[in-house]
Amino acid sequence: MNLSERLLNGDKRAAARLISMVENKDPKAFEVLKKLYPKSGNAYVIGITGPPGAGKSTLTDKLAKALRNKGKKIGIIAVDPTSPFTGGSILGDRVRMSDLNTDPEVFIRSMGTRGHLGGLSEATQGAIKVLDIYGMDYIFIETVGVGQSEVDIVKTCDTTVMVMVPGLGDDIQAIKAGIMEIGDVFAVNKADRDGAKRTAREIDMMLDFNKADWRPPVELVVAIENKGIEELLQHIEEHKKYLRETGEFEARRIKNSKFEIIDLVQQKMMSVLLDKSNKEDMIDTLSKDVAMRNTDPYTASENVFKKVKMD
Amino acid sequence: MDRPIRVLVAKPGLDGHDRGAKVIARALRDAGMEVIYTGLRQTPQQIVNAAIQEDVDVVALSILSGAHNTLLPKVVDLLKGEGADDILVIGGGVIPEDDIPFLKESGIAEVFTPGTPTTVTIDYIKNNVKRK
Repeated sequence: MNLSERLLNGDKRAAARLISMVENKDPKAFEVLKKLYPKSGNAYVIGITGPPGAGKSTLTDKLAKALRNKGKKIGIIAVDPTSPFTGGSILGDRVRMSDLNTDPEVFIRSMGTRGHLGGLSEATQGAIKVLDIYGMDYIFIETVGVGQSEVDIVKTCDTTVMVMVPGLGDDIQAIKAGIMEIGDVFAVNKADRDGAKRTAREIDMMLDFNKADWRPPVELVVAIENKGIEELLQHIEEHKKYLRETGEFEARRIKNSKFEIIDLVQQKMMSVLLDKSNKEDMIDTLSKDVAMRNTDPYTASENVFKKVKMD
Repeated sequence: MDRPIRVLVAKPGLDGHDRGAKVIARALRDAGMEVIYTGLRQTPQQIVNAAIQEDVDVVALSILSGAHNTLLPKVVDLLKGEGADDILVIGGGVIPEDDIPFLKESGIAEVFTPGTPTTVTIDYIKNNVKRK
């Protein structure tokens, strides 16, 4: 049996292997995904994002368990950073998900960013499709711990849950552009700590200025004690309902598909640009010239662009 | 190989000490590998499930409790049952010399005892990964 048949039959190893092949940019994986793409799109994709140590993994674990109790099949893709120096990584999100490990209806996969900025890896989109075709009802995407501008998640999922914790900064942080704008649902985790209510209030105030029809709810949770999880899930379901009823669901998926196409074209262009045998040598030479002030970076980039266009 | 080697570093059994496992995880990371760490007190079944889902090349088991003769071969057997015997299984921790031949017979490819330089483990993995 080939890989696509095995995947359709719910073969766990086939799903795992396909994700690796997507990560390694194996053309065979994309042939499988091209063929099976019409069978994807059934899973509801939930993004979990927030700063490092906010409790994203623990929260994902609890939300997944709550959905398992409702009989749903769950995929989890957990992304952690890859070292820009060695290419290695420590993928530690599973530590918080030990109990889910023995549940046959749960599939957890850890990924390194492998040089991709934005909070996800290049292969995340492909991995979502694999788990979608594999038959998962819900897929959680847990981003790396984000700072202020890693917003790729919003281009990838249906509902984005922004996980915050008390004590990270004043109300100016809450009104800054970037990650604070992408939450469809806000969770203030570690709500048993001082300042949690204040953090929730500050987020609430910021959200009062939103002009969109959907007003993101803010929920206080203590993930480790399973407090507020059902309420959070309820908010996610309400958002899902809102998307479906307003036609926003299709609009979002079209927008996300556009982002994905642009991303893939960019990846292809980068691989042309950084092809060792020709352009990268040219760039290396130009880099020296720019550093020595023999030319400027604007002219240099125009020259490279001309050469790329000629190919 | 133009892809990172994926290694599951796991702690089977009941001992609560993972300093060694973390040191190894960090060393493998610095050698350019993707290290999936699953935390303390894992059953062989949990370890094997994670290894399958993560599609790893290597399972590295750290154990200090003395239960290695039971737990390590169990991981190998469960992997075989899943048709995943192309995964390299290695062990480390406080393991008496006398037990090593039995572990190797049971399918543990190599055992690294305290004091082994991390470079030895790294080289071993690089040279013995079964998958291309």
